[in-house]
Amino acid sequence: MANNFTINRRHFLRGLAATSALSAVAVTPLRQALAATITVGFVYVGARDDYGYNQAHAEGAAALKKLPGLNVVEEESVAETVAVQKTMESMINLDGATLLFPTSFGYFDPHMLKVAQKYPDLTFLHCGGLWSEGKHPANTGSYFGYIDEAQYLSGIAAAYASKSKKLGFIAAIPIPQVLRNINSFTLGAQSVDPSITTQVIFTGGWSLPVKEAEATNSLIDQGVDVVTCHVDGPKVVVETAEKRGIYSCGYHASQAPLAPKGYLTGAEWNWSKVYTDYVNMFMAGKNIPNLVRGGLKEGVVKTSPYGPAVSAEARKHADSVKAQFMKGEFVIYKGPIKDNKGNTVIAAGASQGQTDIKLESMDYLVEGVIGDVRS
Amino acid sequence: MANAGRILGALEALTIPMLALAVSMVLFGAFVMIVGVDPVEVYALMYKGAFGTSFSIQNTLLRAAPLILAALCTALPAQLGMVIIGGEGALVIGGLAAAAMAVILPGGMPVLVFQGAMVIAGMSAGGAWIGISGALRHYRGVNETISSLLMTYIAIAILNHMVFGPLRDPASLNHPSTQPIGDENMIGTIPGMDVHWGLIFGIVFCLFTYVLMYRTTFGFSARMVGGNVRAAAMSGLPVGKLLIITCVIAGSAAGLAGAIEVAAVHGAANDALIAGYGYTGILVAFLARQNPLAVIPVAILLGGIDASGGLLQRRLDLPDATVLVLQGIIFVVILASETLFGRIKFFQVKEAA
Repeated sequence: MANNFTINRRHFLRGLAATSALSAVAVTPLRQALAATITVGFVYVGARDDYGYNQAHAEGAAALKKLPGLNVVEEESVAETVAVQKTMESMINLDGATLLFPTSFGYFDPHMLKVAQKYPDLTFLHCGGLWSEGKHPANTGSYFGYIDEAQYLSGIAAAYASKSKKLGFIAAIPIPQVLRNINSFTLGAQSVDPSITTQVIFTGGWSLPVKEAEATNSLIDQGVDVVTCHVDGPKVVVETAEKRGIYSCGYHASQAPLAPKGYLTGAEWNWSKVYTDYVNMFMAGKNIPNLVRGGLKEGVVKTSPYGPAVSAEARKHADSVKAQFMKGEFVIYKGPIKDNKGNTVIAAGASQGQTDIKLESMDYLVEGVIGDVRS
Repeated sequence: MANAGRILGALEALTIPMLALAVSMVLFGAFVMIVGVDPVEVYALMYKGAFGTSFSIQNTLLRAAPLILAALCTALPAQLGMVIIGGEGALVIGGLAAAAMAVILPGGMPVLVFQGAMVIAGMSAGGAWIGISGALRHYRGVNETISSLLMTYIAIAILNHMVFGPLRDPASLNHPSTQPIGDENMIGTIPGMDVHWGLIFGIVFCLFTYVLMYRTTFGFSARMVGGNVRAAAMSGLPVGKLLIITCVIAGSAAGLAGAIEVAAVHGAANDALIAGYGYTGILVAFLARQNPLAVIPVAILLGGIDASGGLLQRRLDLPDATVLVLQGIIFVVILASETLFGRIKFFQVKEAA
């Protein structure tokens, strides 16, 4: 989606920042390729310092760099086209990578699958949880986390902080994963105060900073006093909230440095653990499971440390629910749950646990969410 | 004499851009030196990543394929003095039309017919899209640069609407896409290479439009419009027809690029079509001085820069914007070098005494 030829200010500044840091380091050719035994390749769809989706993965990759006998190569801003196929092949052919992590959701089909078929001896692991037995090659795998557990906890913190009882949610597009986060956040908040509402705005894309800022401002103008989001880079949303003096909850990675006053907590990926586990299995020559999923209990997701605005009461409540999550006892989707059009989606007495397949095709917003799934 | 002039002219057209490229590389070398990286190493890695191995060459060609077609969308109308920058929109609409055609067609058709129908759908849709900009310019006096640019946003909105709505494959839960066209219907690769047929389509399209523009009366008339619209109209040339037909051909090139993206790469239409090829195509067209033949090497050059960017990131920890800096430098230097044309004595035919 990026213009391939324009150099905007952000690119330029990023370039300056990254390169000035570099100038201190002496660089010799092929220094990485010669030293290490196993090469792992990471591909990101955006900038790896985006305070969001890509940064979360880059933090995971950074954890791997500390391991001995491992060489990590990374490439950022790779489009979901032949570009990613060729980037992976380039890592294989020119860097000798044997384990690849194409991290963007759209890299899976057809790009990663195609390259994986061409290199059946290498291992390809994709973020998104899309792998299914029999349909996809055995040398591929997929991993994802139940991050809505962390969103539920964010909802609790948000409910205690909110005075207007109006929460805001900036979302990219109405797909099941996003709807699930909105619903879990809202249900978390309603567990504190059932009268709380969440106003949703869909921006229509994963990385539209201008629209995200406009949406945040418009929510604040309508009286919303806590916002969170599900977009690739929550930076703009959190910064705008801080500037306007309201609270925010983060997503993907920690945005706490951007909002020292108003940042409550956030739903973060814990890819360092996931990647370290994978690489240890890989280096030990063990079979790597094709599908890895998990929530707070499994350590796939985590929450940001509480900010100063989270009251002791809120911390106590959120921590007690978190403890239940850690034991694997807590169920978010427990009936009766109605959608925001009045239909019962989960009947009284019924419940859908975290691994329930029905949650994967969620197409509704729960009662108390102001918004439309058709956006 | 006329012959000598032609040879000198061709030599000039070749030497000046080469010189400009060399200057750009030196400037880029200075840039990476400032940030503390050895330029020689950068050049060596770029060569390796773009042309150094057989894998690199195929990587470069594959990246060049969509750029060739996208560049024609700007280069052809330029012959008539129009600046069309909406190739991205035509590409997106072409890809969407091709995917829609695949949905409509019954299964079990001969593969070549199926692919042919997709390609025709893509070309027609792309052609109509840029044709609208041409018609708006001719009949309503709307600036074609602005209209084609703004229509790109409409094209993207249409794509999103169709992919999220009427054409959505219900199985594509978290990444809304159209129905897959089916593995058997995919356009394959050129034998012996890992590059799809889109590259050949692009080269043929370039040759065809070069002949059309420089070897036919249509092309002569078209270029006359580019020289002076009023003079062309005064001499009785059908200016409107020439404008619109050229725009349609140009748009169909970009539409073809979109159809190939769907039929050879993605297997369905979704937001991955909006990859910026249309915008890079503008750069290619300008660097090729709007000449359809020159589009091919320039697209390969930019494909190579693109292909080598990854290696710079991985080996030297340079940011992804590094290759954008190089592209920018090349763009500025080549445009600046235009002023050299006709000023170097060596290339001028000496007046007969």
